Parts: sequence; structure tokens; C-alpha cells
Amino acid sequence: MAAAKPKVAVYKFSSCDGCQLQLLNLEDELLDLLGAVEIAYFLEARRRELPPPYDIGLVEGSVSTPEEEERILEVRRNCKYLVAIGACATSGGIQALRNWANVDEYVKCVYAKPEYISTLETATPIAAHVFVDFELRGCPVNQYQLLELISAMLTGRKPNIPTHSVCIECKRRGLHCVLVSQGKPCLGPITQAGCGALCPGCERACYGCFGPMEQPNITSLGTWFTDRLGHSPQDMKRMLRLFNGYLEPFKQASEYYERREKNQ
Amino acid sequence: MSDAKKTSNAGTRTIHVKALARVEGEGALHLSMRNGVVEDLQFKIYEPPRFYEAFLRGRGFEEVPDITARICGICPVAYQMGACHALEKAMGVFEQVDPAIRTLRNLLYCGEWIESHVLHMFMLHLPDFLGYESAISMVQDHGPVVKRSLRIKKAGNNLVSLLGGRSVHPVGVCVGGFYRAPSPAETAVLLPEIKFCLDDMCDLVLTLAKMVKFPQLERDYEFVALCPDNEYPMNLGRIKSNKGLDVDQDEFGAVANEYQVKHSMALHARLKDGGTYVVGPLSRLNLNAAKLHKRAAEVLEAVCKTIGKSLPWHNSFLNFLARGVETVHALGLSYDIIKNYTLPTRSRIPITPRAGIGAHGTEAPRGICWHEYRTETDGTIASARIMPPTSQNQPTIEADLRQLATQIASLPDDQLAFQCEHLIRNYDPCISCATHFLKVTRSELA
Repeated sequence: MAAAKPKVAVYKFSSCDGCQLQLLNLEDELLDLLGAVEIAYFLEARRRELPPPYDIGLVEGSVSTPEEEERILEVRRNCKYLVAIGACATSGGIQALRNWANVDEYVKCVYAKPEYISTLETATPIAAHVFVDFELRGCPVNQYQLLELISAMLTGRKPNIPTHSVCIECKRRGLHCVLVSQGKPCLGPITQAGCGALCPGCERACYGCFGPMEQPNITSLGTWFTDRLGHSPQDMKRMLRLFNGYLEPFKQASEYYERREKNQ
Repeated sequence: MSDAKKTSNAGTRTIHVKALARVEGEGALHLSMRNGVVEDLQFKIYEPPRFYEAFLRGRGFEEVPDITARICGICPVAYQMGACHALEKAMGVFEQVDPAIRTLRNLLYCGEWIESHVLHMFMLHLPDFLGYESAISMVQDHGPVVKRSLRIKKAGNNLVSLLGGRSVHPVGVCVGGFYRAPSPAETAVLLPEIKFCLDDMCDLVLTLAKMVKFPQLERDYEFVALCPDNEYPMNLGRIKSNKGLDVDQDEFGAVANEYQVKHSMALHARLKDGGTYVVGPLSRLNLNAAKLHKRAAEVLEAVCKTIGKSLPWHNSFLNFLARGVETVHALGLSYDIIKNYTLPTRSRIPITPRAGIGAHGTEAPRGICWHEYRTETDGTIASARIMPPTSQNQPTIEADLRQLATQIASLPDDQLAFQCEHLIRNYDPCISCATHFLKVTRSELA
């Protein structure tokens, strides 16, 4: 009898479903992938559930409700390896903008009867709650990086996920630099690669959806934006506080520009 | 589903499906019956609130399409299109958008309709009709159908990627148009595959019409959709219904009210007169069939003959075939657009920020997705309101469920739960889209 296939579980927390959709967007590889692993729990795709434990757990979304705070502990217990996929799971995501705001005011802004809302003060990444074996960046994750990650885990090797900046990918594609040649405030120099330099490819500035690269020099890029391109500290804060705003060092830098904004 | 549980006592039964599989997002169904009569029914959403309307305030108008895209990973284009059109109105440039830009927007939307419809039809909904727990299990017996559908889904994703770099949260769209228009060469490359998929989808829709048995559940719906004069609805048009609703985009916010319902504590939308209504493929098709692409019109005619039912269709299970017809339409339309494509003189119109207010809805794969924004003089957002399709369909889904549950009350619990789930999936409820569904407290019948 053939050895049992590794069991994979896919979980959703506070998110848009886009990262788990990237699995189904592997149209050419999907059937082979299904041949290699057993999809044991994946509510978006199947009704059947196999009981835990699972070999690999992929978690999409951030923790933003009391129920999720509890559930992530159970998910961790059920999975041998736990991988956070996407900006929400690795940084808190766009909904982490509440972390700098008054949540009660947010609730009242959106809902007529705020008393029915159960939510946490903050939206936080999975690693703020449990140990995570790997974090895959991106809003959404790149489906081929996801495939590489799963392949690496199945064969027990280190996944090949570069941590250098988008600039490297941009140069490899032979694109012109939108920052230098057009003065657009491109976050490519401080953002982790993985998207394939999509935004410069569309002639627009990178907005940092893969989060900070390894050791980014935000101070230098920020000075370029404020002193040469004429952007305000408020602009800088806004640019840094988007889909990965709550992830260091974007978080710290945005708080620095917030202080400058207030001192103006 | 495996964690469906039941409690029974004298003539009362409660079926509780804790987590509803194969919908994007998180929902649950709670059904309490007494002696075959539905006593209490709740279609619940436990999608956590993410407060988009709150944190959009103070953001620059240029950022809005990138942010609203993140409401839903399955239909990001719908959220980008709604935001762009509404903000162009707020900035007073709506009328100035070039026809070439509007055509590219339709092409982008075709891509999303194709990928979203095919995903839903074949991966999420067909298993219900054929009695499989998922497409994964369906592969053994219907491998070729699954493979063909994946190829068509990919063609849709490739169209979105052409204009936006990637299919989930594409980056090409801006208020005023596109950051960059693709070259005719990049565009033409897709043509042979679109042609293949167009022919194949025509065949698949007819195959499915013959193969699938549709449960009988006819109701008298108010179908609401955009109704442009001379094209099948996507981005433009007044909002009309089969029961006399006929309003401008700006007026829709006042006509459709979102409100809280005690039993489900979720935001539901109803028309001002209190009526429930339905948006999505069936509404669009019933109101706009005359404007379908030629190929889709041919398929529709053959489908009507096969199932022995001409339009209007009043059975929500036929949303499945409506999606198929619309996928053919989107493939046909994108074929025509690409065939006639030349590089536009500009990819976006210039915009000077101003204080204003603008509202617009477009046809997401699941139905009208309506946005309204107020802007400050510098173009930052003062207020935002987003009405997603699923919140508009909520009251109708519950009304359908009430009727279905009464019809099939004699079935064992697990089968009854399965049928109810199947019905909910008729509406392709993208629950992440329901930007403001509330946390629900469970009520169990004792």
C-alpha cells in the first residue's frame, strides 16, 4: 500500500479569501497538487473534513475577534507545520489600520447598532498569537511562491523565497525605474520581491503589498520622497500604512512620520 | 456536512450547520422547524467586521480602488470599478471618460466574470448538482469537465492579468482609467485561447443543461439589475427591475435601504417599500437577454429548449445556467474587443481633486455592488458607503430557504441541510463581500 499522503488544512481568519483563492488559481498544477497531498480541511473548496492532526496548515487572515483569538490556538495544536500566508496573516493586513484608531468610533461609523459587534481592539498577525513555521508575504501571495513553499515542505528542504527588494525583479525585467525617471514615489526599494515588479510594469509606483524587504533603508527613501519629490510626512505615513502597515519596520517608520506630521 | 448536528424533541427539530463549505467567506445556517413548518430560520454570517468605510476616511482618492479591491479576493475588479466610477462622479469627470477606456474596463470585467463564474459553477456549485462533496471528489468521474473548466477559468484570469498584472487584486486600475494600456501585440496573443474557450464553453453549457437536474423552486422575485440601453450590463446603466423600479445610479442609495434585522443581526437590504429583491446573473439575464453577445444568445436559445423553459426564469437554481450563458457572453465580448483593439490615445483622464459626492454601482459577478463617496477639496475621502451584492440578496436567500425547507421537510437531517446549502450557493454568496455583516448570537430551540 502506498504511504499516506501528507494532510493539508487551509484556514481562514479575517481576510478577503484572495490568498486561499491563489491555490485554486494554480489551474495547470492543481490536479498534480491534489495528487501529492490530501486536502483534509479547506472550507472554501470542499465539504468533507478529515479529523486532525494535519501535516501542513496554511492560515490566511489576521486575528481580529475574540473567537479568532481562541481558534488560532486550536489550529496550532492541530498542525505539525503552520504557515501564515498573505499580508493579513503576516502583518495584520489592511484591517490593522484600526490599531492606530479608536475601534469604538470605527464600529459606530459602520454599524447602526454597535452593541452587536464583537471585535478586538487590534487586528494582528498569526505570529503574534502562536509560533509560526514560515511566513509567506504578499497581498495576495504569489501562487507560484505558494507552490514552491508547499513543494519544499513536502520534500523537507528550505523554500526558495527571496527576501531582496522589488528593484531586483524590476531590473531583471528590464523595466525603467519609475522613481528615477518619472519621480513617482515607488516603494520598490524597501519592499520584498515576489510579485514580479507588477506595479512598475504597469507604469506606476510600487505600493508595498509584499511588505518590507530584509533590512530596508526607509530613512533614505523617505528623505528622497520628502526632500526631492515634495511629499509631506502625512503622505509618507499613508504610503507606509497600507496592507502591511503594522509590520516592522514599516510600523515604526510610519509612527516617525506621524510624529513629524503633528510637529508641523 | 460532518458537523451538522441535530436536536430533536416532540415534533421539533433544529438543524444547525456550523460552517458552510464552498462559499467564499464564512457563513452558517440555522434552521428550526416544528411539525414540518419552519419556525425560525437564519442564514448567518460570521465574517469578522473589517471597517472599510471607517478607515477609507482620510485616504487619498487615488488609493481607494487599491483598498476596496481587498474587500474581496474573488471579485476585486468589481470593487475597483465601483470606486472608480463613483469617484469620477465626485470629481466631476465622469462624462469625460473616453470610450476606449470604457471598453478596456469592460474587457477587464469580462476577465473577472469568466474566472469567478467558472470557479463558482464548476468548483463550488456543480458538485451539489451531481451529488459530490467537492470538485476534488468529482475529478474521478468527471475529470475532463473539470480540466476543461480550469482552462477557461485560466483564460479569465489571464484577461485580468493583461490589464492588471495579476488576477487577485490587480494593480492596473486607477480613478480615471488605467495606469497603462496594453499594447495590441500583448493583447492579440490571448486571442486564440479566448476563441478556443468560447467554443468550448458553449459546448459545456449545453452539456450541463442536459446533464443537470434542477430542483423546482419557483418564486415571484423582484429582479434588479443595471439596464444600459445598448449593451449587456457591466459598468453602466440605470437600475431597473421587472416590477417597475427605474432609478438613476445616484438614487439607488435612497431606494435600497440597509437595515439590521433582529433575528439574524446582519445588515439586509430591502427596497423602500419593504420588498425583498434579488441581484446577480438571473436578474441580469431576465432583464437584459436581448443585449447578449450573439454566441451567448444562441446558447441561451438552445438551453431554453433543452430545459423546456423560456425566459424569464423564476427558479434560483437556474442561476447556474445564467452564469454559463454570461460566461459565453464575456468570452464573446472579450474576443470582439481584442479583435478590434488599437492603442488608445490615452489610458487615463486627468483629474483635479475637488469636494464632491458621487455614487455608482456596477455588476459584480454576484450582482450590483454599489459605492458612494464624499470627498474633501484635496481629494481625500470624507465618507464612504459600500453596498455589496450579498447583503442585498440576504433577505431573498432566507425567503427561498423557508420555502425549500417546508417542501423537503420529510428528508433526513443531513440531506435537508445539504439541500439548503445547495440553495444558498445558487446566489454565489461571496461573504467577504458583505463588508459589514455582524457577529451573530446563536439561538437554539430547546
